[in-house]
Parts: sequence; C-alpha cells; structure tokens
Amino acid sequence: MAIASPPTVMNNVEAVRQTLYEALKDDDRTLILGEDVGARGNVFLITKGFLEEFGAERIIDTPLAEASIVGVAIGMAMEGLRPIAEIQFADFIYPAFNQIVGEAAKTRYRSNGDYTCPLVIRTPYGGGVRGALSHSVSIEALFYHVPGLKIVAPSFPADIKGLLNAAIDDPDPVLFLEHKKTYRLVKGEVPAGRYTIPIGSADIKHPGDALTVVSYGLYVHQAIEAAQRLAGEGLSVEVIDLRSIRPMDGTTILASVRKTRKLLIVHEDNKFGGIGAEIAAMVAEEAFFDLDAPIRRLCGPDVPAMGYAATLEDEFMVSTDEMAEAMRELVRF
Amino acid sequence: MATTITMPQLGETVTEGTVAQWLKKPGDAIEKYENFVEVSTDKVNAEVPSPVSGILREIICKEGETVATGAPIAVIDEVGAATAATSSPPGSAPPAAAHVPANGSANGSAPHNANGSGDGAEFAESLRGMSPAVRRLAREHRVELATVRGTGANGRVTANDVLAAAERTLAGATVNAASTATHEPAHAAPAPQPPGTSTYGKPIPGTVVPLSQARKLIAKRMTESLATAPHAWTMVEVDVTKLMRWRTQEKDRFLADRGYALTLLPFFVHAVVQSLKSQPLLNARFTDDGILIHREINIGVAIGLDTNLIVPVIRAADALSIGGIAVAAGKLIAKARAGTLGADELGGGTFTVNNTGANGSILSKPIINGGQAGIVTMEAVVKRPVVVEDAIAIRQMMNVCLSLDHRVLDGTVANAFLGELKKRLEAMRPGGDL
Amino acid sequence: MATSTVGPALERHGLDDGQLRWMLRNMLLQRTLDNRGFQLNRQGKIPFATGSEGHEGIHAGSALAFERGRDVLVPYYRDIGLCLGIGMEPMAVLLSMFARAADRSGGRQFPNHFTEHAIGLMTISSIIAAHLPHAVGAAYAMKLRRESGRAVLAAFGDGATSEGEWHESLNFAAVHRLPIVFLCENNEWAISTPRDRQMAVADVIEKADGYGVPGSLVDGSDPIAVYAIVKDALDRARSGGGPTLVEAKCYRFLSHTTDDDDRTYRTRDEIERHRHLDPVPRFERVLVEHGVLTSDDVSAIKRDVLAEVNDVTDRAEALPFPPAADLYVNVCAGTHEPWL
Repeated sequence: MAIASPPTVMNNVEAVRQTLYEALKDDDRTLILGEDVGARGNVFLITKGFLEEFGAERIIDTPLAEASIVGVAIGMAMEGLRPIAEIQFADFIYPAFNQIVGEAAKTRYRSNGDYTCPLVIRTPYGGGVRGALSHSVSIEALFYHVPGLKIVAPSFPADIKGLLNAAIDDPDPVLFLEHKKTYRLVKGEVPAGRYTIPIGSADIKHPGDALTVVSYGLYVHQAIEAAQRLAGEGLSVEVIDLRSIRPMDGTTILASVRKTRKLLIVHEDNKFGGIGAEIAAMVAEEAFFDLDAPIRRLCGPDVPAMGYAATLEDEFMVSTDEMAEAMRELVRF
Repeated sequence: MATTITMPQLGETVTEGTVAQWLKKPGDAIEKYENFVEVSTDKVNAEVPSPVSGILREIICKEGETVATGAPIAVIDEVGAATAATSSPPGSAPPAAAHVPANGSANGSAPHNANGSGDGAEFAESLRGMSPAVRRLAREHRVELATVRGTGANGRVTANDVLAAAERTLAGATVNAASTATHEPAHAAPAPQPPGTSTYGKPIPGTVVPLSQARKLIAKRMTESLATAPHAWTMVEVDVTKLMRWRTQEKDRFLADRGYALTLLPFFVHAVVQSLKSQPLLNARFTDDGILIHREINIGVAIGLDTNLIVPVIRAADALSIGGIAVAAGKLIAKARAGTLGADELGGGTFTVNNTGANGSILSKPIINGGQAGIVTMEAVVKRPVVVEDAIAIRQMMNVCLSLDHRVLDGTVANAFLGELKKRLEAMRPGGDL
Repeated sequence: MATSTVGPALERHGLDDGQLRWMLRNMLLQRTLDNRGFQLNRQGKIPFATGSEGHEGIHAGSALAFERGRDVLVPYYRDIGLCLGIGMEPMAVLLSMFARAADRSGGRQFPNHFTEHAIGLMTISSIIAAHLPHAVGAAYAMKLRRESGRAVLAAFGDGATSEGEWHESLNFAAVHRLPIVFLCENNEWAISTPRDRQMAVADVIEKADGYGVPGSLVDGSDPIAVYAIVKDALDRARSGGGPTLVEAKCYRFLSHTTDDDDRTYRTRDEIERHRHLDPVPRFERVLVEHGVLTSDDVSAIKRDVLAEVNDVTDRAEALPFPPAADLYVNVCAGTHEPWL
C-alpha cells in the first residue's frame, strides 16, 4: 500500500481535469462527449490530451447539436455506459432542455426503476468574464425545480473533485455547474486519492455568529472576503457555501440561522425566482421564531443578461463592497 | 341478473353524452363486446360495445336524449357466459383529471402557532416592530418588552437585548414578590393593629383577616399554578437508616467546623440535584413552543416562616457538595428568618424542595412552584417495621412525594426520577463525601 | 406442406410455415388487443387507448427479424404489435390500459408506453422523436463494447421525421456508423396532419440521402416483405455496416387515440379507399391461398386469440390500482427530498 500522498495545490480547471482523467482511467464505461472536447481538448483545455490517451471512441467530438449530445448520452447511460456529456456553455443548454427535464430526469420514474440514467452533464456558467448575453448566464433556477435531477455547483478545487466523483458515481442524472470565472481564479489544496463529497451537503467556509450568509459559485469567494473584512470591524459573519443546489442542505442552513437569527442570500442569478426565493421560503417556514431580521436576498437584477460593455456587466455583478455593506446592515439591524 | 348500462365517459373532459342511435331493440340478444348503441359527445362519436352478453330488456334513454356521464341508459338481462361485471365495474370511472391533492401543504413543517398570547390588540400594539425571535424570547423568558432598551438599528429591540434582560426580568418579577414577602418578616410582629383586630398570626373567629401582600401573592401564585399545570402526584418510600447514621456521626463536627447545622436537607438536596442531572425533564418548564430544559440547577428550598412560606434559591446547586449545600442553605435560612433575603436569592429557581417532614407530615401533596416541572417533599423520618431480605427489620423510613406538571412529565419519567433519588439516598452511608 | 395451386409461388424469404403462422397470430393478437382498448374506453372502463390498426404487417415482419436476447427495441406508442412480437406478454398491454399496480411502470405511464429491460424493450415518453437519440446512444454502447451481432431497432411515425431530434439522430448515427435501423411506419397521418403537410418529399427515405444513410422502401401491409427488408437492415447493422432508414408504408385506419375523432379531418371514403392496404385480411388470404393455413385454421387462431385477450382483460381488470404511496417511489435511487 502506498503512503498517502500530500494534497496538491491546483486551480478549479485543473481539479475538473484531473478528476475526469482519473474517472476515465478507472472505469472503461466512462466516456466524454461534447463539442470540441477531443482534438481541441475543450475550449478551456480541460480535456487536452484525453483524445490521444483514451481514443476517439471515448472522447467524442459530437456534431453541433445540444439536444442529441444529451439525448445520445441518455441512451448510452440507459444501456450501461457512464457518459459525461458536456454543453460547451450553459447558455447553449436550452435545446437540450427536453432531454434533461423530460427524459433524463424521468427515466427511472416513468419506468418505475426498470431503466435508470446515470448521466453527468457538465457545463461552464456565470459571468464577470465579458462574456455578454450568451456566455454569461446562470441556469440553475431553470432546472432545480425538477424532481429526479440533481444539481451541484462547487467552486473550490477540493469540492470540485469530491462532487464530480460523486456525480459520476450517482446512479441518476446530475447537472454539474462550473463557474467559468473561477476556473483559473480560484486555487486551493486538493487531497490526493479518490474521494467523494455527498451531494446535498453544504460547507461553512467562514464561521461566525451574528449573520448567516448563504452563497455559491463565484460569489461565495467574494462573500468570504467581505466576511473577513467585517471580522476586522468586530462583526462576526458566517458564510455557507451551498455547493449543492438540488438537493440542498437545509440542516446546515437552519442550524446556522438558529444561531445567528439573520440570513442573507447572495447569488449571481436573477433575483425573481432564483434559488434564493426557495431558501428564503424554507427558512421562513421552519425558523420563523428564530428570525431577528427580515431575510434578505442580494442577487442579479431582473434583466435578461449582463451586457458586453464593462459598465453594463459591472452593474449586473455584485461587488465585494456591496456584499460587505449588506452584511454590515444586517448585523447591525 | 339485470345489468344497468350507464352513459360512458368518452374523452377526458366530457361530462355528458347523447344517444344517437339504438342498434338493438328490446328483446334482441347481445353478445359481450358487441356494439349495441351509438353515442355522441362534443368530442367524439362512438359505438359502445356491451359489457355483458344477454337480452336487451329496457331502453331508458331515448334516441336524441342527452344525459350526464354515468346516468343509466339501458338494462340488459344477462344470460349465458357468467360474468360478474356489474353496470359499474371497478375502475369504470376514469381517474378524474382534476385530482384533489390529499394535502395542500405537504411541506412537512409543524405548524407554528404565531399567536402566542390571548391578550389581543394590546399585545399586538406593544409588539409592533418586534421580530419573531424577539417575541418568542420575550414570551419564554417572561420579559416585559416595554422595559427593554433597544440597541439595534433605530433603537430596535434585538433578540440579544431580550436575552440580556431575561435575567434581570426574572429577578425583577421576583423582586416584587420578595419585597412584599420580606416586608412581613422584617416587621417580626405585624404592624401595630388596633386591639381586637384579627391577624394571620392571631386569627379571631368571626372576623376577616386582611390579606398581606405576601398572602395575596401566594394566593395568586398557587391558584395560577394549579390552573395552568395539571398536577399529578406520586411517592416513594426511602430507607434512610444508613443516611441518618452518617448524619449523626458528622453533625457535631460539621457545626463546629463550618458554623452551620448539618440537617437532612443538604443530603436530600444533593441527591435531588444528582437525580435532576439524570432526568433533566424534571428541571424544566412547559412553554407553548416546547419544554424549556434549564441550563442551571437552582434549587428552591421552601422555608416556613410565621406567616407564610418563602422559597430562597440555592443557585448552581450542582456545583456544591453536601457540605456546600448545607452552608448555602444555612445562610439562606438565617436571612429568611431575619427578613434580609435579597431579590437575587429569591429568583431563578428551577426546581423546589419542601421539607414538610419538619412539621411531622408523612405525606404531602405540594403545589408546584409557578412554572417549574415538579416539586419534591421530604416527609418525616419514622421508624417502621419493613421487610428486608424476607425478614422483618426496624428501619428509619422517609416518604418522598412528588407533584409533577403533567404537561411536561408523566409517570414513567417522574418515577424514574424518584427511583434515582431513592437509590442515591439509600446509598448514602457513613464514610461518604460531605 | 401443400404446394400452391393459385398464382405465383409465395416469396417466403426463407420463412417456414411455423414462422408465417406466428406472424399471422401476432397480427391478430395485436388487432384484438388494439380493438379491446377502444372497446374498454367506449365502455367507460379505461380513460384512454391508442389505435394501431394498419400497422400489423410492419410489426409482425420487424419483430420476426429482431433477435431476442440480443437486439434492443426503442418503439413509439403505436408499436403494440412490435412489443408483443419481441416477447412482451399480452397481459402487459391490459395492465397498462387499466393502469394497474402490476403494470411494469407501476401505473405511471399512458397505455402502450411499455418498458421491459430484460427483453431489450426501452422505456419511452410521449414526446415525439425524443427517444431516437436514446436509441442512437444505445447503439453507440454496443459498438464501443464491440458487441457484434447486436443492433438497435428504433421505430417512429411519419410525423417524427419533422422533429429536430430525428435529424440529429440520423446524423449522429451516420457519422459514427452505428448499428441501428431507423424504422419509419409511414401511415400518412400525424393525428390530423396528412403527409403532404408534414414534408415536401413524397417518401421519407428521400431524407436519408441528406445524412449519408441508405434508405429502403417497403410495402408495410406485406409482413413477409417487411421481414426481408428489416432483416437485411438489421444484419447490416449487426455486422458493422452502419445505419439504415427503412420506410414501411401503411395506413392508419382508426383515429389517433380514443380522444381523437378522425371524422373531423378525413372522410369515411378516404379510409375505405385505403382498405385494400389492411394487412390482416390480406395476409390471411395469402396464407390460405398458398396452403399454409386453411380458413378453419384461421378461425381457430382467431378464437384462440379472442379467448386469450378476454382472459387477460378479465384478469387485469380484477387487479388493484397502485396505492397512493407509490407516487413517491423511484424518483431517485436514494431520497428524492429536495431539502436535506
């Protein structure tokens, strides 16, 4: 038995890449399909070199057709393979909506377990990269409504590895969201060896006792920075990284809110109907008598997308200063 | 057997049908699955096959007549192939498209009763702007919100403000009681009364003894306690022979060393405290939102003064040894008799012990000290013949009685507590730790 | 075996009498079950049924070409005869109509949306053409695993050939040369939309060229011809020859479902003009004329089929609905609760 290797520092894109690589090596049934995943190695170079190592039958450059990228993957999954489908940008996922929501999510249910669909769909999402209207959207609110579909959105490298492995192991379909701005921006330690993190478990990234902040994606990093600033001002803020959108970790959120009595939800996606609405409703139902302030949501504005011009994008995105100010206000309420 | 045929539902949203044409007449033979009538609806026109074989006996619905789905249209006398099919076979009504959900709100959360008090409009007014946490904490800790200074934004009363005030409020409420209660003992004799006036200490038949503040308070508190908490009662017999021997051995030296009497009380209180640690439900209070389990164990010790009962509190009794309790109790009793008990010594009790035995009682049914989960008495120690390992022995026996708030406790927990208490008391023997 | 004395010899494509009889029985069973669905609906006993009258020849011929235990079938909701033909029990049809707990989908699916993984019958939804990429994925799995001798038979109607996912599926299968046969059961109608409002070409196989897929046209009312063409295509797929688009022409004699009234969009005359395409009486006649069966044999088969259908009808009807608690099972492998 080898001695356990020490953890390695890497960024998010490397975490995705290494995890996929190990998965392909470990299990012959695993394969990757999507646009430009083979020869190009994915537009972020996540699968660079995979084609040469694993061959064109397992690293498939598909035709430009999102519905069938997911649909064909569903058929592969139903017949015993473990496909990892990639949608090049989350903004392109809409043609595959029926296959994801109407087919993959319902395969086990409509056949009462006769067929299952162990499928992973990976896609980069989110803005702050001057991506304009079709390379910046958040899509989780469109999909998290669907029973039978799991959604995760880790944004730390160690979380990415654990949750991507969990998604690959999961016997049911999982939508794996990768915030593109964090790909190279976020670095961290990743333990060696294969491990999984249970889907549906959040993580307290910054403990505190005067305010609970729930976030995920790019914004959880900003929230942590804001919380550290406030700690310097003597204000104690707890930041919870959701990591998992469906199912969601209500236990951790409620324990924190019962302790701090105040809740701020921060997400990049549009506010109306975003996942903050579900969190706020749940907390109001379950912890009404623990709340010492109204629940607040600091979210993307309700416009179709962030514009290409820097001024428009910056207006859409929430800055760390804004987060800190919102936190201060609530702590002092 | 006659089978009534009803108008079928042809199409999911269809509610009625019209008989377009009868394909058979009364007296005709019909085979099962043979078409015998043509029906039309606004969605579909169709020929209806017969569910049974037999002879058409009667046509109920004439050609051109419209009836509701499920209404009878004909009767067939079944003959030949035995069929148990009735006119409305199981599942004949198609699962209705509009299916009423069994439970509109299936979110699984226990309904929280946001209305915590019956004082209505006045209450609401006084709570305007107060958050749910503030209201709940104020209710649980009996804090008068009007007296709390707010440190939140715009002078808002925060949850932390309420918690900070909770200690003061508890003592504050008891201050009122204590100050009135201690007034009486402070004037060892009642205030100068006109000769012939009836007093509690010297009641005269045929007169009315005026109510002292303390008496008023006791009356209010006792009534309230009985009215709010459904009292149940249970008892155990405890063999304190060895305990008595221990006490006898130690008492003189204790008095000499520590300056306070070593009565049975501190042994009893110590055993009670240990038993409360094992059975925390006895050290609790009922609230609408749940049973509040106290963090501290503060034992109220009921002391009878000339004119009333007073209950000073040994705070953090779980941190004290038997000797420590004896000293604490001794001090409190002295102060009580001198009328110098402070508010902090009268408030914050979580459980009460009453030494009714000092008056010779062997059985009592005490009333719970307001808001606590139970109250325990130590009755008089009496020598009695008891069976010990199938032989008769003379033992010193003490009854221990427990009144319990049945909202919080039931027999099982209460008797578990008493069982513990009995075990601990019976384990106390010479050579133990004081 | 009597020799034929009437007309030219029967082109059997290697099929023996037993296989021919099997096809006829499958067709009769299909028709009886199909009609039973309509009867039960008109009696008010079941809310819904689909009709497949006219497709019997395609289903019997294709089913015979299908290799049980090896091939995979991805059907659509009109393929009742195909599903029976590859080994699904008639009881399954009635259980799905009555939505009983014993139905393999647990009473969840509409009738004729079958599933039976053990015999290679893939579950489908009601969404037209959404199943075709799944069929392609299944074929890919066979190819990746080097499972020669296996192929996927994917069936659909003429309407499906307009859906984007139909085009994406043919394209993907062709690019990767997958072991799959795309079987179009062209009955000229997509509910009320006739073929010439659905496509600008006269035959569906004209679309095949665009994807580099060979196309074959066959008379769907002739089960032997269908068998030959489909077997050819499946054999080619099984041996690495890639996909084929087979178009089998037939006619839909009934309304689309029990909720559809075809009197609103076509005349009775039109239906009667196509009556000669009805595969069942035609195949009966062919077999009797060529001495494979006597007309008494045919009647006996019909009686036997009717008795079987009556039996499964009664048995299925007597079974219970799924209990309400079953709504919550099999959403996910573990808990389906969104909040943990």
